[in-house]
Amino acid sequence: MAVLPTLQKQRHPLASGEAQRRRLAGIALSHSFEEALDTAGLYPLRATGIEVLQVNLGKKCNQTCHHCHVDAGPDRTETMPTEILDTCLRVLAASDIPTLDVTGGAPELHPGFRRIIEEGARLGRHLIDRCNLTVTRLPNYRYVPSFLADHGVEVVASLPYFQARQTDAQRGEGVFEESIAALREFNALGYGRAGSGLILDLVTNPVGAFLPPAQAAAERDWRRELERRHGIVFNRLYTITNMPISRFLEHLDAKGQTEAYVSRLAQAFNPDAAARVMCRSTLSVGWDGTLYDCDFNQMLDLPLAGKRRHIRDFDRPELDGRTIALGPHCFGCTAGAGSSCGGAVV
Amino acid sequence: MNHEHYYHSTDLPRFSEIGQGAPELWDKFRAWYGAVFAEGALSAREKALIALAVAHAVQCPYCIDAYVTAALEQGSNEEQMTEAVHVAAAIRGGSSLVHGVQMRNHLERLGM
Repeated sequence: MAVLPTLQKQRHPLASGEAQRRRLAGIALSHSFEEALDTAGLYPLRATGIEVLQVNLGKKCNQTCHHCHVDAGPDRTETMPTEILDTCLRVLAASDIPTLDVTGGAPELHPGFRRIIEEGARLGRHLIDRCNLTVTRLPNYRYVPSFLADHGVEVVASLPYFQARQTDAQRGEGVFEESIAALREFNALGYGRAGSGLILDLVTNPVGAFLPPAQAAAERDWRRELERRHGIVFNRLYTITNMPISRFLEHLDAKGQTEAYVSRLAQAFNPDAAARVMCRSTLSVGWDGTLYDCDFNQMLDLPLAGKRRHIRDFDRPELDGRTIALGPHCFGCTAGAGSSCGGAVV
Repeated sequence: MNHEHYYHSTDLPRFSEIGQGAPELWDKFRAWYGAVFAEGALSAREKALIALAVAHAVQCPYCIDAYVTAALEQGSNEEQMTEAVHVAAAIRGGSSLVHGVQMRNHLERLGM
């Protein structure tokens, strides 16, 4: 599988969240995100509660996808320390937050991955593993599919297209073949099959600088083609808009497409999508324990509005109604049918 | 203003400026255009592919840019889009060739 150096490894200026925010702030748009929200009667944007605790275990990944908003890769070393992982579990245990969403990087590479899943299951929470699929093909991680099945974990797996060329163009040479092998293994365990109770969702990001297709229509295509070509079944397809930050921002800059793409997102602002953005019901925890409104803000080093807070200072009433920190990148979640970790929102 | 080329991709977002000369007609065009491309007996995806093919037949650079994006955003892939362009090319080529019948008709009239 082909792996590229991350922006951080390249010492690229856009490796820094602050540099990305400056780049985005320099784009002339007909209206700011705050103005768009104000027109929709949603400014300032406030959280409605915490339905999902999304824990980012670190930036290490076995892939270096071109669109990755984390700038994850094999050369990243940031990983959640044990005591912070313990704090996340304590917060979960002391609250009624129904869903624990584990992400990265490839979260399975974290030495505490088993423990966070086992503890989350013991607490009776709905568990989500954001899986890149190929990690389950690595020699030390072949246990992962059956381990996830044993704990009833919902698997949200990345597969940008049902053909190799587009998938490999985004995620690296050879990724498609390995992903199909992993999906077959999940299916063999019951994942994606009616009556098994094991949920296998797929995620597609556009392979380029355009908005995702209508989710329902794309899901019909994926279902037909994956079944016909590979005998693979799944539950839902989530369409997710490429966020113009990190490696996708670098890609857009290299192609001279940044202004056109961000303008396209801004023009496609949908007030209905804005009302349902995931940050209103999600709390994101960075690898070092810092709290964010979403994984994108985390990568832009844009902490909660007001002040930088840590998971050890978790204060439910304060966080429930917090004001969301915003930027031009937020147009990525409100364009067209909207975009979230659970796909389109309208 | 850059006069080096006749067409500029940056002019496409200025399309609505044509409305300044005849606002009512522009409003009618926009409403009709929107209705044409809405889901109907044909899907929005099929319509985007037809538009892409027609864009090539009429060789409109703005329409080609716009409907490459639209076709991708409707979930079409490169193979489907290329086949649509071949349909346009086949009709254009076939249109020339079928006029060979007119050639033959006139040859017959002139010949012995």
